[in-house]
Amino acid sequence: MKYARLLLANLSRKKIRTTLTIGSFAVALLLFGILSAVRTAFSQGADIAGVDRLVVRNKTSIIQPLPFSYRDRMLRIPGVKEVTYLNWFGGIYQDERNFFPQMAIDVPTYRKVVTDIGVTDAEWKAFEADRQGAIAGEDIAKRFNWKVGDHIPIRGVIFQGPWEFNLRGISTGESNAGSLLPFMFHEDYLEERRAFGKGTVGWYTLRIDNPENSTRISKAIDEEFSNSPFETKSDSEKEFAASWGKQLGNIKLIIMTIGAVVFVTLLLVTGNTMATAIRERVRELAVLKAVGFSDPFVLWLVLAEGLTIAAIGGVLGLILAVVLIPGISRALAGLLPPLVLLPRDTALGLVFAIGAGIFSTILPATSAMRLRVVDALRRV
Amino acid sequence: MVRVDGKGNNSLVRVRGLDKIYRRGGEEIHVLQGLNLDVDKGDFVAFMGPSGSGKTTLLNLLGGLDVPTRGNINVAGDEITSMSGARLTEWRARHVGFVFQMYNLIPVMTAYQNVELPLLLTGLSKSKRREHVETALGVVALNDRMNHYPRQLSGGQEQRVGIARAIAADPTFLLCDEPTGDLDRKSADEVLTLLHRLSKEFGKTILMVTHDPLAAERADTTLHMDKGVLIEGVKGGAVA
Repeated sequence: MKYARLLLANLSRKKIRTTLTIGSFAVALLLFGILSAVRTAFSQGADIAGVDRLVVRNKTSIIQPLPFSYRDRMLRIPGVKEVTYLNWFGGIYQDERNFFPQMAIDVPTYRKVVTDIGVTDAEWKAFEADRQGAIAGEDIAKRFNWKVGDHIPIRGVIFQGPWEFNLRGISTGESNAGSLLPFMFHEDYLEERRAFGKGTVGWYTLRIDNPENSTRISKAIDEEFSNSPFETKSDSEKEFAASWGKQLGNIKLIIMTIGAVVFVTLLLVTGNTMATAIRERVRELAVLKAVGFSDPFVLWLVLAEGLTIAAIGGVLGLILAVVLIPGISRALAGLLPPLVLLPRDTALGLVFAIGAGIFSTILPATSAMRLRVVDALRRV
Repeated sequence: MVRVDGKGNNSLVRVRGLDKIYRRGGEEIHVLQGLNLDVDKGDFVAFMGPSGSGKTTLLNLLGGLDVPTRGNINVAGDEITSMSGARLTEWRARHVGFVFQMYNLIPVMTAYQNVELPLLLTGLSKSKRREHVETALGVVALNDRMNHYPRQLSGGQEQRVGIARAIAADPTFLLCDEPTGDLDRKSADEVLTLLHRLSKEFGKTILMVTHDPLAAERADTTLHMDKGVLIEGVKGGAVA
């Protein structure tokens, strides 16, 4: 503790420069936080995908349908425990900017396959009982201020015309599903009113007996429907979710690349500032050594300055990220999936900040340690 | 007593056959050549000589800031030329007080904090350190300026704080490199009076490099250096 005053005195030497350097770290870590949230947003579907679920889609493209009749044939394949199916709806709520995913699901089988959707039994029963019923993830419900019982009109784009829904449940986010659950309604309701494509589904989701069998079962399913007008492509749900993400892959790559370049540039600028600050004090460091402070002490003193700046800046940046990301997420709703800064990424950010502090200070600290007193005192 | 013939006994500082050679490119520059020196406890010695004669090099070697090419330096029984870098650093903290021409105070620390610096390396408690700092600042008559930063002090006051820092840990000897070189006459006189007092009242051994004949006059002994050799001595102690 007796050396803390020496450390603080050095940090307060040029207050504006120290403040700006801390600010640079804060901005870099804010950027890191936002990028992490964006990366998480693009990959969150894959993160919550069930390991015991497969998705079967049309081999040509996800937008090509599959016949409803495939369901029973898939159920006969050994290892397949349950099969449900979904259809992408693609409607507009009030305004085109209000994008959120909507899917028609087979209500009797859906919950047998996807068990972790985070709605209560009472809500699910109310949903089952209402042909125009719907459930929504809590992010979507919060975004539009929906409450259970609300009447929700949606204008169909693929399946054109006005569609009316009653909200019967809001996912509270059990097992992280709440923030990701789309708006879901009865496949029967869609089937009844759709003008084309009756008897087809968008894709199937299967629950299998053992995740270790997923490769064998996927292969068996695809072989079952090979050389048919509707050939299939079966994947684990994780791969399927990742393939959705890949459709946005270029955007993710661009955002991440630009962000990473800015992040690294900020670190280089910060490192250079800190190196300059050390060079200016060569004579003082030499005096410390002349007085009797050891080489390792001087090394640690300089490193401690860098680490203190990096830690303060890093913590500030991450606090800013935690505070700002929900607002950014709301502002980008419809353009990007919900942005969430995970605790894991916050911790990683702090590690990055401290690593950057060490990285940017290690060279000036080492040269300070190796400094020859006689040479340094000769400099003016 | 100060001797330069290498025949002194039981002196505080004993230098024998000291050589320092710098290599610049392929050229060898002999800065010190077979130098002998004996300085007793309480002596106040001034080294004079033209630039490049080796005065500062000698001071650096005596203070353990540099290592000789050949020869031995023994201070209070410690053979410093055989010490490792780390041991030499510890030795400096215990035995040497440096006074620099440019004062070399830490500008972001107060006079008190600057004087306390060498005491941080000791095992003294905070209250003991305060006692030492107040005593040192009292000796240089700057107790009323202890919370001032160097920029708030005059050059003479800064140098007196530098001297207080040098004596705070009660070192074996003081090494002063042109301590009045950056001061006006009046401030220089104050600093020299102070050094003289430290030698006479407190028994401090002081080795001072200077270009200023008036400064050298305040020392007990003046040794002249030329081309790396101590060539003469005047005044006070017997110089052989």
